[in-house]
Amino acid sequence: MNFELTQERQMLQDTLRRFLSDRYDTATRNKILESETGLSTTIWTELAELGIIGALFSEEQGGFGGKGFDLAVVFEELGRAGVVEPFLDTGVLAGGLIADLGNEAQNAHIEEIIAGSLHLAFAHGEPSSRYDLTRVQTSAIDSGDTIALSGRKAVVINAEAADMLVVSARESGEAGDVGGISLFVVPTITKGLTVQGYALLAGGRAAEVTLDDVRVPASARLGEPGQASSAIEARVAAASVAQCAETLGAMETACALTMDYLGTRKQFGRPIGTFQALAHRMSDLLIEMEQARSAVILAAGHLEDERADRERHISLAKNLLGRAGRLVAEESIQLHGGIAMTQEYELAHIAKRIVMADHRFGDVDHHLERFIDLTSD
Amino acid sequence: MDLSYSQEEIAFREEVQGFLKEKLPKNLSDKVRKGQEPTKQEQEGWHAILNAQGWLAPNWPIEYGGVQWNAVQRHIFEDELAAHYAPRVVPFGLSMLGPVLQKFANQEQKDYWLPRILAGDDWWCQGYSEPGAGSDLASLKTSAVKDSDHYIVNGQKTWTTLGQHANMIFCLVRTDKDVKQQEGISFLLIDMETPGIEVRPIVLLDGGAEVNEVWFTDVKVPVTNLVGEENKGWTYAKYLLTHERTSIAGVGFSQAGLRAVKRIARAELAGGKPLMKNPHFAARVAQVEIDLVAMSMTNLRIISKAAAGQAPGVESSMLKVKGSIIRQEINDLARRAAGAYAMPFASEAIEGANDALPDPHAAGPVAAQYFNNRKLSIFGGSNEIQRSIIAKTKMGGGK
Ligand SMILES: Cc1cc2nc3c(=O)[nH]c(=O)nc-3n(C[C@H](O)[C@H](O)[C@H](O)COP(=O)(O)OP(=O)(O)OC[C@H]3O[C@@H](n4cnc5c(N)ncnc54)[C@H](O)[C@@H]3O)c2cc1C
Ligand SMILES: Cc1cc2nc3c(=O)[nH]c(=O)nc-3n(C[C@H](O)[C@H](O)[C@H](O)COP(=O)(O)OP(=O)(O)OC[C@H]3O[C@@H](n4cnc5c(N)ncnc54)[C@H](O)[C@@H]3O)c2cc1C
Repeated sequence: MNFELTQERQMLQDTLRRFLSDRYDTATRNKILESETGLSTTIWTELAELGIIGALFSEEQGGFGGKGFDLAVVFEELGRAGVVEPFLDTGVLAGGLIADLGNEAQNAHIEEIIAGSLHLAFAHGEPSSRYDLTRVQTSAIDSGDTIALSGRKAVVINAEAADMLVVSARESGEAGDVGGISLFVVPTITKGLTVQGYALLAGGRAAEVTLDDVRVPASARLGEPGQASSAIEARVAAASVAQCAETLGAMETACALTMDYLGTRKQFGRPIGTFQALAHRMSDLLIEMEQARSAVILAAGHLEDERADRERHISLAKNLLGRAGRLVAEESIQLHGGIAMTQEYELAHIAKRIVMADHRFGDVDHHLERFIDLTSD
Repeated sequence: MDLSYSQEEIAFREEVQGFLKEKLPKNLSDKVRKGQEPTKQEQEGWHAILNAQGWLAPNWPIEYGGVQWNAVQRHIFEDELAAHYAPRVVPFGLSMLGPVLQKFANQEQKDYWLPRILAGDDWWCQGYSEPGAGSDLASLKTSAVKDSDHYIVNGQKTWTTLGQHANMIFCLVRTDKDVKQQEGISFLLIDMETPGIEVRPIVLLDGGAEVNEVWFTDVKVPVTNLVGEENKGWTYAKYLLTHERTSIAGVGFSQAGLRAVKRIARAELAGGKPLMKNPHFAARVAQVEIDLVAMSMTNLRIISKAAAGQAPGVESSMLKVKGSIIRQEINDLARRAAGAYAMPFASEAIEGANDALPDPHAAGPVAAQYFNNRKLSIFGGSNEIQRSIIAKTKMGGGK
């Protein structure tokens, strides 16, 4: 085993860290959070120019990365800086699905994605699907020359900013069936498609997407009809690695801020870090951080494995990061006292990112049950 | 011991239910059920309704206009308020200042301020904390210097809850710098309209602005507004804090919160079945319900023991620690129950501006509440400080 990053990844990490520490401070981010679009196109373009989106795609796909460890390196840094721009949604999820399943014409988009000129969203979850990837009810009816999509997609992150959505819909079977699900690339301006947006608590924006007899040509379908489930699961696995790495980065920031605070905030004439009641809790957070890092490394390293190994490690990481993340977020707030509760202070945003990450791709409980299923034989 | 309710107690519960059905405004209880903040006017309206009924001050002795219910009656009352989604009565005047005035103020002050609290003439806020004086409250620096019949107050208070609505603030101020910290503090009532006072909002992580900074620059306060003796304020402050802590146990809020968790979890589907039928989630809910039922009994035992009007001692710290943990756990379950629908920013959902968030999920506020209620283990003396108090009291000297 070798725990060192490759030279390329080390460079990527250094560049990204330097850029974000120069360009993405708390005041900048708070302005972005308050803006109507909830994202900064300037930051987006600059990061694209640095090659951040390219690192999310493999060489065959036109990028220069795309492996689990590439995602982990990029997203840990994004998480550390509390970046709210939807790289996960455009780059890993929707963009990734196009790259995985697309034909030559469809793959032409990848270049624009990597250049930062095309924004995407993955419209998959539905009001009653919770975290179950196969519970798709949106229907796709193929009438030969066009396919009609109808249904409702819930909490679609980045839908408003997206030029195109990757929409999942069922061509046969019923909610919960693995077979029968297809993916379609649908421009957001298509007739019958409505996007009702709102801000997210932890930054960025999402929307309810309604598809009312939305007509798309057969060429909008990604891959074979009804066969998209395994690609969706694999992409969500990649996104989960990215999400866990992002949470890890945010946890590092939370711990760093808290340690710093424990050393400077004085009560009863001494730094509060000298109270054992607090020092021991900080130690527990640092222990959990190491565990979280291991879980992220495991998930990233097994992302290219066959399904059983991959998914077991994904559920392991999502469960562990969910638990450790909650602990770090709550304890960091508590050890700071009132100041952590203020919008202005960096920790408030970071803590929200950490906790709300549990609501994407399955929470602690969902992945505990899944881990049991995947390891029971 | 008899744990069943007597005929009189059952009749009392029915009386309370009848009152709430008739007098609690429907739009107000709807708001509370959805986790929305009542406006100042709505708060004042509800305060007036309770006062008209004579039920505003269950914790006050009769001579001051209180009710003098026994512990079981108070418990039933609280229970029913929560069950009917009544808003929380703003505690600063009624639960905090009132008991201090009753015990330590002079007759003139009692005669003037206590009826005003009941009538809702003043909106009080609490000026204890300062930027440098949080847990170490006695290190506070806001100074009050006597100048014939006035004090001149200078300094800064912070975290002042609902200070934006208040016309009166009760403050701890330093009146003697040259003695042991705790000995030079006084308890002063200050009119917020006095020149030299500035209130600045602090936005919290859930986007709300319930707390404020309050700045004092050469503020003139009549000496008649000093409660008790000069330099004895620390005693009164600590007395007030034990009162503050009991209400923080928040059994009623937890009960309402638990019902909300179950409501969301019955509507939310997991694997095609209601989440409430998921054994894993159901177990978490049951666990916290068990803790809550026991705490409700602990609460009842503790209030019965404390004679009417008397502040409970170290038990109030126990209630505060356990009560806040239980409430926070319930908030956590509500957030989880909502799934992806916990992610939208609450204020939009709360304002009803976004009908995209469908009712069974109606989850908008749950994550914001989860974050906002991190305060429960921080304010009123953090849980760490409470644990130290418990250890010190029970073991002597333990820190
Ligand atoms: C099964 C077993 C095998 C062992 N094997 C060996 C061995 O092979 N060789 C050997 O030399 N020793 C051995 N030990 C001894 C072991 O190292 C001691 O038990 C240990 O150091 C704790 O000392 P103590 O039991 O006297 O507890 P104490 O030191 O009296 O501690 C009692 C409690 O107080 C806590 N405490 C003490 N000081 C502090 C502090 N400053 N801050 C916070 N908490 C504190 C402790 O954590 C503990 O919870 C063994 C012990 C056991 C139980
Ligand atoms: C939402 C909100 C509303 C509030 N409303 C009011 C109000 O209306 N009026 C008012 O006066 N105040 C109010 N407060 C202030 C509140 O009482 C203080 O936040 C609280 O006393 C803690 O002080 P601090 O925030 O300065 O934290 P600190 O005292 O700096 O504490 C930071 C951390 O250190 C820990 N700590 C400190 N000392 C010790 C020790 N000796 N041993 C172990 N751990 C220790 C604390 O427990 C905490 O975890 C409010 C606070 C909040 C967040």
